[in-house]
Amino acid sequence: MQSLKHDFITRSTPSACFCVCFINKTNCAVDYFCFLFSPHRHDDLKEMLDSNKDSLKLEAMKRIVAMIARGKNASDLFPAVVKNVACKNIEVKKLVYVYLVRYAEEQQDLALLSISTFQRGLKDPNQLIRASALRVLSSIRVTIIVPIMMLAIKEAASDMSPYVRKTAAHAIPKLYSLDPEQKDQLIEVIEKLLADKTTLVAGSVVMAFEEVCPERIDLIHKNYRKLCNLLIDVEEWGQVVIINMLTRYARTQFLNPNINDEDEDDDEKEKEKKAEAAAMAKRKPYVMDPDHRLLLRNTKPLLQSRNAAVVMAVAQLYFHLAPKAEVGVIAKALVRLLRSHSEVQFVVLQNVATMTIKRRGMFEPYLKSFYIRSTDPTQIKVLKLEVLTNLANETNISTILREFQTYIKSMDKDFVAATIQAIGRCATNIGEVRDTCLNGLVQLLSNRDELVVAESVVVIKKLLQMQPEKHSDIIKHMAKLTDNIQVPMARASILWLIGEYCEHVPKIAPDVLRKMAKSFTNEEDIVKLQIINLAAKLYLTNSKQTKLLTQYVLNLAKYDQNYDIRDRARFIRQLIVPTEKSGALSKYAKKLFLALKPAPVLESPFKDRDHFQLGSLSHLLNAKAGGYQELPDWPEAAPDPSVRNVEVKESVRAVGTVTYRDTGALWVFRGPQKMEGSEESDSATASDSRSGSEESGSGSESESEEDSESEEEEEEKKSKKKELKKPVQESERCVCVQFAGLSLPVEPAPSPQVTPVNTLLSNSLVTDLEGLSLSDSVLSPAVSTPHVFALKNYELLHRITGEGLTVEYCFSRQPFSPDANMVAVQLQFTNNSSSDTKSLHMEDVKLQSGMRVKEFPEIELLPAGETASAVMGIDFCDSTQAANFQLCTHTKKFFVSIQPPVGELMRTVFLTENEFKKEQGQLMGMNEITEKLTLDARCRNEHAIVQRVTAAANLSRVPCGSDKECRFAGRTVTSSSLVLVTVATREEGAAQLTVNCEKMVIGTMLVKDILLALTQ
Amino acid sequence: MIHSLFLINASGDIFLEKHWKSVVSRSVCDYFFEAQERATEPENVPPVISTPHHYLISVLRHRIYFVAVIQSEVPPLFVIEFLHRVVDTFQDYFGVCTEAAIKDNVVVVYELLEEMLDNGFPLATESNILKELIKPPTILRTMVNTITGSTNVGEQLPTGQLSVVPWRRTGVKYTNNEAYFDVVEEIDAIIDKSGSTITAEIQGVIDACVKLTGMPDLTLSFMNPRLLDDVSFHPCVRFKRWEAERILSFIPPDGNFRLLSYHVSSQNLVAIPVYVKHNITFREGSSQGRFDLTLGPKQTMGKAVESVLVSSQLPRGVLNANLNPSQGTYTFDPVTKLLTWDVGKINPQKLPSLKGTMNLQAGASKPDENPTINIQFKIQQMAISGLKVNRLDMYGEKYKPFKGIKYMTKAGKFQVRT
Repeated sequence: MQSLKHDFITRSTPSACFCVCFINKTNCAVDYFCFLFSPHRHDDLKEMLDSNKDSLKLEAMKRIVAMIARGKNASDLFPAVVKNVACKNIEVKKLVYVYLVRYAEEQQDLALLSISTFQRGLKDPNQLIRASALRVLSSIRVTIIVPIMMLAIKEAASDMSPYVRKTAAHAIPKLYSLDPEQKDQLIEVIEKLLADKTTLVAGSVVMAFEEVCPERIDLIHKNYRKLCNLLIDVEEWGQVVIINMLTRYARTQFLNPNINDEDEDDDEKEKEKKAEAAAMAKRKPYVMDPDHRLLLRNTKPLLQSRNAAVVMAVAQLYFHLAPKAEVGVIAKALVRLLRSHSEVQFVVLQNVATMTIKRRGMFEPYLKSFYIRSTDPTQIKVLKLEVLTNLANETNISTILREFQTYIKSMDKDFVAATIQAIGRCATNIGEVRDTCLNGLVQLLSNRDELVVAESVVVIKKLLQMQPEKHSDIIKHMAKLTDNIQVPMARASILWLIGEYCEHVPKIAPDVLRKMAKSFTNEEDIVKLQIINLAAKLYLTNSKQTKLLTQYVLNLAKYDQNYDIRDRARFIRQLIVPTEKSGALSKYAKKLFLALKPAPVLESPFKDRDHFQLGSLSHLLNAKAGGYQELPDWPEAAPDPSVRNVEVKESVRAVGTVTYRDTGALWVFRGPQKMEGSEESDSATASDSRSGSEESGSGSESESEEDSESEEEEEEKKSKKKELKKPVQESERCVCVQFAGLSLPVEPAPSPQVTPVNTLLSNSLVTDLEGLSLSDSVLSPAVSTPHVFALKNYELLHRITGEGLTVEYCFSRQPFSPDANMVAVQLQFTNNSSSDTKSLHMEDVKLQSGMRVKEFPEIELLPAGETASAVMGIDFCDSTQAANFQLCTHTKKFFVSIQPPVGELMRTVFLTENEFKKEQGQLMGMNEITEKLTLDARCRNEHAIVQRVTAAANLSRVPCGSDKECRFAGRTVTSSSLVLVTVATREEGAAQLTVNCEKMVIGTMLVKDILLALTQ
Repeated sequence: MIHSLFLINASGDIFLEKHWKSVVSRSVCDYFFEAQERATEPENVPPVISTPHHYLISVLRHRIYFVAVIQSEVPPLFVIEFLHRVVDTFQDYFGVCTEAAIKDNVVVVYELLEEMLDNGFPLATESNILKELIKPPTILRTMVNTITGSTNVGEQLPTGQLSVVPWRRTGVKYTNNEAYFDVVEEIDAIIDKSGSTITAEIQGVIDACVKLTGMPDLTLSFMNPRLLDDVSFHPCVRFKRWEAERILSFIPPDGNFRLLSYHVSSQNLVAIPVYVKHNITFREGSSQGRFDLTLGPKQTMGKAVESVLVSSQLPRGVLNANLNPSQGTYTFDPVTKLLTWDVGKINPQKLPSLKGTMNLQAGASKPDENPTINIQFKIQQMAISGLKVNRLDMYGEKYKPFKGIKYMTKAGKFQVRT
């Protein structure tokens, strides 16, 4: 500020001086002074904007923005500012944008001058500039440029940079609000962007979808699975929007998962309906659509998000979509949110209150989390009270009532009043405690605070209506209160009670009326009405004593100022005092006035709020907000689920997706490592040496046994990470090739964070592909298909021959990172003996010519009872020759050999249908082997075939149009010869197996293995 | 989504406004002021207010109301969470989030708001990204900028925007590579009159300050991860590994961030580190009341209880208090009736106490409510749940970082009913 001031003073124009004070914003007199001279007050700013110096322009812009921020009008500077739209200085430019967006609507003609700059910006090589040009262009609300905007959006929607595409998605609702006529064209763009496979775009385009065409649910079908799978990596705000949209989508596409037990918890439903539902349930046992399951499964981890809005979105999704048994998981997360800011608490409690009405059991374990602290704001207290009341049942009511007792002593009287009402509700809902509550409330009648007493009276009145005959002494007690209580509502309640149950208090009632008649003119309207009411009822039951009093009261009422009261008096007089004119009605006066009235039901104000989607603004306000999309009812019959099938992905999905996340099959495989992990923390001896090396850096890692771990973990944890790097290059400069519908960099840049990955050769296409799964995470499970099945373990060394040492091995089907031509073999050592085994290593490797072995790193110590694992690599030269070697411990040597099944000599490759056909065409004749077979009875569906073939050989599935054929592809590890397998099914389990492979030996052996797998 | 934002200070002045769509007149805030008048306490203003044409969603932080104007259906938490994120960002940028700080940095504030929302939909809220787009003002940079005319605004798209680790900026370099983790646990408890615990929970967070070069990949493991009942993560933490192995594996953002918040449920017995003996009585017919309070440590595992602060809202009838603290100082505000006693450290040999009388208004009847006592305290070098970090490993980078872990226990909402 100092420097600023200095700057102005040196310029020393009079208006600049004003501005100094203006900026200092201390003296309002000066402000006023400025105002007087308003025509000239911006002269200095204009001058600064016109100067050549960027620093002066920047200073001027900063001051203008400060004016805008304070809500001062700066529109007269428009021409001077807009000139600078092409300024080189990026900050000036940005501030000009801010100004432009704010005032363009007011100065449409001048704003048009800037358009060409943005059009140029749209073609800039820098993606940030392209994006910001589009952002500003679309924010200028000038109707005339709609066609230009439309064009710019369309172009940006196919931009290379996902960031620009995201900006395009943002621009769609802007254009739509400016000109709704463009809807059809915009929907086309939305459709295109919905197909985008990057996480960056997903949230924004769904937002655009929600604003422009939320009714076009059909656009979602094809993208449904992709959205579900991408969800976890989308930024938080996008997640909220997507989850809310998918909730609606699921309600239209899937069946109600609770259809079979819907009625059990709803006692009010009639039996007929029950029977009907039961009958329906019998007809159709409910099976959850796998896509429905996919949504539930993929949203669940987001309950752990730090963002309260995401947690709430998932919670409402589970509440509206999940089977009853699964909804419980959300309770814990919602309770956690109660620790957050009070505004968050407010919203969460509102939603919890609604949920507790339907699903009370869910929150019962967390009852104590809703206990109220004296420091809570009143609105939070009242909501917590609501929740506690909803949660009350026979078992916990005593705890809750004890808690309520402390609340009644609170200093916050509004809250005490709410507590009394809550007690009343507990009493009506739970019969057992009604008397206890009533007694407690009666005690409150002697409270010193009038508000408390008044509230108690109102609640007691409601409770008494349930069993009046038992409680005439309470009524008497309340009659006495009329002398003291001044709160109108309470007085009215007492009068009503006495009138209603005047037979129980025959002596007191007329006396109360007498007193009331005395004070009639000074009462509030609501009390006056009740006095008339009391008089009428007493006249009907005890006319001897009260005739005159009643007449007196009615006469007073006749001349009351309020017409309601005058009307009531006239009406009652006609009804109860028999005259000649009064018709038949007066005969029934007693029945009219003293009819049995049903006791009021004290209901939660949150009842039935759940017809609004939870977490929405409409739910909070309990009124439909503008733009609210109704949550549709479940359909009677599920619409065709195949609309969600996407050709490539579908086939992929059938192989793996479902099991990938669900069963965590990957982790089965990681058993040994897990044990290592626990060993690390528990036994100091074994871990110390290793942990030392770990810490020393990643250099030694690739050599150590950690290697295997990192390899496998990569699949899982790092697949996410690898995704990180690549899109950057993808969008920027890297040459891209279209491959199987994915854009894939030819040379994946080394991801710096994962050392082992660097060593992968580029021909391990599998991992590359997996790394790219950002674009389509559905794909990654397919690639890691092998993990889905428990890998087959072979025995290398039996416990007896090994004298306590057992060694098993399996082919992990992972690329062996030190040498891509090798097959990775995972060894698992178990020391069953009672003594430690030391320095486990291998020696004296005997191999056929051409074969090579990469030994596993020596295991220095294997304590008794422990398990360790290691990975070795063997280059089998595409033959099934065994690799023989000696396994040595510090005392013994064992001769062992590893012989690979032919299916393990290959690695998966990804081909499209066309590529497959083309390759197959080149491998005809000698290279093709065909066998007829009869499929095993358990293996006649597509899924089983895929499972058995991929278990027998490390092949990946190739998408295929026909459902009669399953195709698989792979390459041999050493020579990279293509291996193509086709299983064509016919009627009644007949099938034909075709294997195309350059290496005839491999082909023949593979045919044998697959035949065996499919027929047994 | 979010149409406009108004910032309103404690005295009801709108000192900043920002519009992302067409301009909404600031007169819309009148509805807010009405609601404010109706609410007796500032925190009782309803967060969502419905007006004929708009909805106002507000949060109150640092005595400033952030009022967002929206026009159509939007999840209210979405807006609330975003507003809090705005406040956090301001705090991150300016150190404090006060009216003065915002007014002094109004241009940066405007630039930030411009980047954070596009057409009312959040665009960039990660502090690492924002800091690359708009550099935080420092004294040095302000000086350099005034001289050279350079700017605080970045010219390149932050690489984080495009990656799946949007939270980390690239090209991070440090000469000293350090990673510090603070395990801070807060005890929320309600203790009843007789000293027994009604409810007690532990809420913990792990705040990290990570200054590491390059793209480090960290794993943090616990000795006893089973303790953690419910957790929420920074987006950088990999769910899968947590679920399978109970290990936190993550690529950290650069700088300060909250890695994890967790909850230790009340099912596990929560150790209560202090006890309170109290005797607050008002006699019928007398205009005096007795006040007697003694604090003592229990279950602290030998650690000292420090920075103890006791506060209590005395009944309205109390005119003044005449008390005598054995240590520390006390104040009583006769207007708000708030009694605070700054105790300091609890010495187990000589327990701190506050004794004396309270004077009631003459003629006023005995107050029938008893005040609750709120206690704040700190215990260094201990996590009360017993949570222990086992080890921290770094992969992906070759250097050896300096690692540090600090434990602390604090009172959260710790309340004693009398």
